[in-house]
Amino acid sequence: MTPPDLVVADAAVPGRDGRWTLVCAAGQVLELVPHDPAARFPEARVIEAKGQLLLPAMTDAHTHLREPGQEWKEDIASGLAAAAGGGFSNILCMANTDPVNDNESVTRLMLRRASDAWPHGPRLFPVGALTMGLAGKQLAPMEELLAAGCVAFSNDGEPVADTELFRHALEYAADLAPVIDHCEDPYMAKGAGANEGVMSARLGLRGQPDVAEALQVARDILLAEYLNAPVHLAHVSCRRAVELIADAKRRGAPVTAETCPHYLTMTDAALFGYDTMAKVNPPLRTDDDRLALIQALREGVIDILATDHAPHAAHEKETPFEDAKNGITGLDTALGSLWELVRLGQLTAEDIAQRFAWRPAEIFKLPHCRFAPGDPADFCLFDPEQSWVVTPETLRSKGKNTPLLGQSLTGRVTLTAVNGHVVYELARAGA
Amino acid sequence: MNWPHKDLLDVSQLSREDVDVVMRTAASFREINARPVKKVPTLKGKSVVLFFAEPSTRTKTSFDIAGKRLSADTFGLAKSGSSLQKGETLKDTVLTLQAMNPDAIVMRHASSGAADFVARRVSCAVINAGDGWHAHPTQALLDLFTLREVWGDDLVGKTVTILGDVAHSRVARSNIRLLTMLGVTVRLCAPRTLLPKDARALGAKVFHELEPALENADAVMCLRLQLERQEAGLLPDLREYARRFCLTKARLKNAAPDVKVLHPGPINRGVEIASDLADAGNSLILDQVASGVAVRMAILYLHITRKEKGETA
Ligand SMILES: [Zn+2]
Repeated sequence: MTPPDLVVADAAVPGRDGRWTLVCAAGQVLELVPHDPAARFPEARVIEAKGQLLLPAMTDAHTHLREPGQEWKEDIASGLAAAAGGGFSNILCMANTDPVNDNESVTRLMLRRASDAWPHGPRLFPVGALTMGLAGKQLAPMEELLAAGCVAFSNDGEPVADTELFRHALEYAADLAPVIDHCEDPYMAKGAGANEGVMSARLGLRGQPDVAEALQVARDILLAEYLNAPVHLAHVSCRRAVELIADAKRRGAPVTAETCPHYLTMTDAALFGYDTMAKVNPPLRTDDDRLALIQALREGVIDILATDHAPHAAHEKETPFEDAKNGITGLDTALGSLWELVRLGQLTAEDIAQRFAWRPAEIFKLPHCRFAPGDPADFCLFDPEQSWVVTPETLRSKGKNTPLLGQSLTGRVTLTAVNGHVVYELARAGA
Repeated sequence: MNWPHKDLLDVSQLSREDVDVVMRTAASFREINARPVKKVPTLKGKSVVLFFAEPSTRTKTSFDIAGKRLSADTFGLAKSGSSLQKGETLKDTVLTLQAMNPDAIVMRHASSGAADFVARRVSCAVINAGDGWHAHPTQALLDLFTLREVWGDDLVGKTVTILGDVAHSRVARSNIRLLTMLGVTVRLCAPRTLLPKDARALGAKVFHELEPALENADAVMCLRLQLERQEAGLLPDLREYARRFCLTKARLKNAAPDVKVLHPGPINRGVEIASDLADAGNSLILDQVASGVAVRMAILYLHITRKEKGETA
């Protein structure tokens, strides 16, 4: 047996009492055992957790890395740096790059950039385009994309309006890989960066109604059931969609769904003063929607958390509200912002392990760590007491576009390991 | 004068006292506009940039006259050619404006919040002359000024019906805010397609039919209908709109006996308002234009001569 080479001693583990020691060898978990201060691991690097939380490293099923084409916002190297700093071992990156990831050469370029910059992880899993150029007219070569390394297909950013074509996309993809759909009726949602409601009425902003999302969710559910083909519903933001998904799951429809930290922690009140940092698509909704999402996540109606990490450059947000790009940078702050909900008792650390690590990896069939012998040693350490102020310098992403800028978060990732390689250490990275 | 605001972004930032100050100041300037020589040296040597990123001859001319009657130098920075196309950064325009070192910037922009965006980045006064669907404070103030000329200073208990495209109207939003603050009951009347989804959140009563909306109304403000609304699928056509909502003398029969009619202009005659009504005795449309100059003189005066805290006169 390979001797232990990496050990995390004296850690708290969600769902288990007492302190634990994680013993790893050759990139895999050897065992998770009750902590014993007398234990000695002469060959191993021993990380003293000092009571910090040991979490499985997370899988982000919805990231926008802007390479190729918009490297001023983010590139694969900086995006993976942010992922490592945020406690992620797996990242699914969306296809709306320039050129679009609708052929194997783009997929291969992405994978090569990732392995050049971060040979030990975090791992990058490209999402291939569902239609050529995301134009919604012609199916993308999904087998080619799959063979090149894509793990799912999506038209994210440009939802397919043509239901007949979307039907065929689901049928064709059914034997290859999951389809992720951005749920939005593109006609109803056109040009709107604010939830349609009291806030948009007062501010005089074009509103995007929650039914624009729910209509597409309903369409996707009906198609998934009819075709018996799985659909993953991206970044669900409203109660109406949650109710449809809950119903569908009761009937056994093959749908899964995600929501993002910002929909759980913020509402459209953040738009007050036309704060372009809070402009995101789908838009931040009401507190009622927020509470419905938290409950749905706890109950598993919403299967997973994803960041919808959407980095933009400063000048793309420093504009009047309606001209500003949609999106919030999310990898660096995901866990810190969610922790507020754990402190309030609305989520538990186990919910986070389940919804942000285990379940997304299951849905997309990716390597993950349940701390069982033989699992990849993918984990992060999280200091739930450490307060930090979100500043441009604390974000490893090139995108500094978050409404959290200047705010203080309590809880911070201090170390991330992928396959037993430490890919991030706060102490070494500095503030 | 102790004017507390650097900028005028919307009426919501004004207290009732502030509104009174504007009204009193405008009244004193109104008198200048009646003189044979309509010019005073009050703002001599001051410069006002008229930055209109969206065309509006009326409002721009009104501000231009207001500035000139106070002897300020006014400069137009129009959306010309490619230099101020939508999508080009407003931030760069702001830097240009700031470099001109004006005393005030009067701005009109198609994006809600644009005036706020500029105001946070320049040191001089920014007067919002209309931003997107959000606010048009000087229009609301001049409408109020016009109504006070007829009704006197106390508007409590009056009912004003705002008729037409509220959803896309900065005029409506500012008027609702200002009139409700002063104790006026505001009614909105439009087909549902031309009202914001949560129109009640604006603080007004909502009607979809003309008759009940006009009952006992003391004034009716018609809004301008942008002709492209039918192309966007919000209306069948203008004739259909006129059939349901065009304000006519006959339709005003259950309004208050001396009901006043207002319109921010330019009018689509026969669409928003019948031609004979627009020219009738209870129409205040031309009074609004006259009030506009006086109110804008007041706004420029108050913001340009305002003293920063700690500064002595
Ligand atoms: Zn999306």
